[in-house]
Amino acid sequence: MPETLLFYVLAAVAVVASVLVIGQRNAMYSVLFLIASFGALSGLYITLDAPFVAVAQIIIYAGAIMVLFLFVVMLLNAPQEDAATWDRTNPLRRPGIGRIGASLAGLLVVQLVWALGRIAGLGEGVRAQGDAATLSSVRELGRILFTDYAFAFEATSALILVAMVGAVVLARKESEQ
Amino acid sequence: MIPLSHYLIVSALLFAIGSAGVFLRRNLITILLSVEIMLNAVNLSFVAFGRAAGNVDGQIITFFVMTVAAAEAAVGLALVIALFRHRESLNPDAFTSLKW
Amino acid sequence: MDFGFVSQMLGAAGPFLRPAIIGLLIFIVFNALIIASAILVLAERKIMGFMQQRYGPYLVGPHGVMQPFADILKLLFKEELRPKGADKYLFTLAPVIAVVAAFTAFATVPFGAETTLFGLLEEPIKLGIADVNVGVLVVFAVTSMGVYGIVLAGWASNSKYSLFGGLRASAQMISYELSYATSLAAVIMLSGSLSLREIVDSQSGTWLGFVPQWYVFLQPVGFVIYVIAGIAETNRAPFDFPEAEQELVAGFNTEYSSVRFALFPQAEYINMVTMSAVATDLYLGGWHSPLIPTEYGWIGFLLKVAFILFAYIWMRWTLPRYRYDQLMQFGWKWLFPASVLNLLVTATLMLYFNA
Repeated sequence: MPETLLFYVLAAVAVVASVLVIGQRNAMYSVLFLIASFGALSGLYITLDAPFVAVAQIIIYAGAIMVLFLFVVMLLNAPQEDAATWDRTNPLRRPGIGRIGASLAGLLVVQLVWALGRIAGLGEGVRAQGDAATLSSVRELGRILFTDYAFAFEATSALILVAMVGAVVLARKESEQ
Repeated sequence: MIPLSHYLIVSALLFAIGSAGVFLRRNLITILLSVEIMLNAVNLSFVAFGRAAGNVDGQIITFFVMTVAAAEAAVGLALVIALFRHRESLNPDAFTSLKW
Repeated sequence: MDFGFVSQMLGAAGPFLRPAIIGLLIFIVFNALIIASAILVLAERKIMGFMQQRYGPYLVGPHGVMQPFADILKLLFKEELRPKGADKYLFTLAPVIAVVAAFTAFATVPFGAETTLFGLLEEPIKLGIADVNVGVLVVFAVTSMGVYGIVLAGWASNSKYSLFGGLRASAQMISYELSYATSLAAVIMLSGSLSLREIVDSQSGTWLGFVPQWYVFLQPVGFVIYVIAGIAETNRAPFDFPEAEQELVAGFNTEYSSVRFALFPQAEYINMVTMSAVATDLYLGGWHSPLIPTEYGWIGFLLKVAFILFAYIWMRWTLPRYRYDQLMQFGWKWLFPASVLNLLVTATLMLYFNA
């Protein structure tokens, strides 16, 4: 079945690319693998009848936020991680301690999957209910966004304003103050 | 027909990878990227749950998460630039003192 | 002559005919884009020559028409250089990303009305490769991926000029994407659809019997903003900062040579074609034009695209380059507020007249 195959390929790409994001020292490559992961996720959204979310994922995440990350990586021309000597002598950097983090993350997966196993009704097909045409309609999305979620929408605009002012204040050079 | 649980497992894996990144990496930019992975994992489960429930609310919450992610990236990266100007380092362990 | 046997043969090939024609369409569009970039190289040099009162290329072929092919052959036989400190993979990946994004963006751009190809097909076929219900946004998303080609080229070359070119490209594209998207939103509101084909079809018909119902007449400000932001998005003069040759040698492609280098201008020219085609679909009525019947609408479409492309080249050889801080000031302090105002005024007028 092409749909099933598509899901597994996209899921595998998303997971592997995310592992590669945290699995290396070059921030540039991390950003690029994250973009690949976002592309796969946007494909997953299409399999969930959410084409608008898929396109928004590409436009907002891959097209804007990640360009911002790339910009900062290039602007700082950041040295490789763990460059300084004081860093290598840091007690937290001893091998073994680092593995606790990895095992905690592994534990999180086990815990989440265990929890999922105890919820009934997850085994049904995800597209069993609802009408695909209504769910993928941008008109319907807009109607609900600007009626039921109008307050959240306005609150988000305040958040963006605050973030914008904060970013300008933080990134300004001190000599200008 | 792909069951809902498969989407949720992918989401759980992505979330765990993101949290592992926050635990393990010592580079502020990579840590921010890991936070983005976690936010995306949550988005995926929102859309999957919304699809399974047959309404668009899951998709709408995704937009709010994206906005929060954009705001977080803007402020976070501004902080990273400001910190890098002070210590020429992106390692969070370089910023353990409360004042300089 | 009797073509009965042809239709019989085609009848036998019935189930395969439609996929075959769609495949042929993809092949034609792909090659047309390649040829278009070659024609644009020649057109640019010829028009530049005309504007500066000289000949332009005239030695290769009659009136120099074979010049682009000579250029490409020359580039193919050059040595592929890669600087020692360059990033091995990203240096090769960058031009590939640029050119793939450029080609992909055209996939959702429709360029003609439904046609049966003179009765060859029983069901009419839509001229355009993919018809997506969020087509405008897909074009927008894919073109915004093109910036990675330039940014990565700048970073992977490990040269200060390239790095500056890449930095400028990323800042410029983020800034102008906002105005670009906001001017798109006004058209989307007017037509009530995100599908490019539906947007074009909502522009059929005329006012007062002779003025075509194009959105350019309803959205003159939006059209101007779209074109300006489009020039900035495709990195053309007067906004060609990523490769400003007086300041940055050649900007992001300083270290590139041979085929890798050839891909960047090609991506740029294909992006120009896509930008003009989308502008035609959104503002100039696509294949609906006066005097041209809809079946042959693609001819009108091509004429409009050619006119916008000519305007692109015209502007490049007429206007001097801005200063970089002026570009940012203009983008954020003038263009973006203007596009937001345009959106607000459009929304208000729509409410006033419809409801």
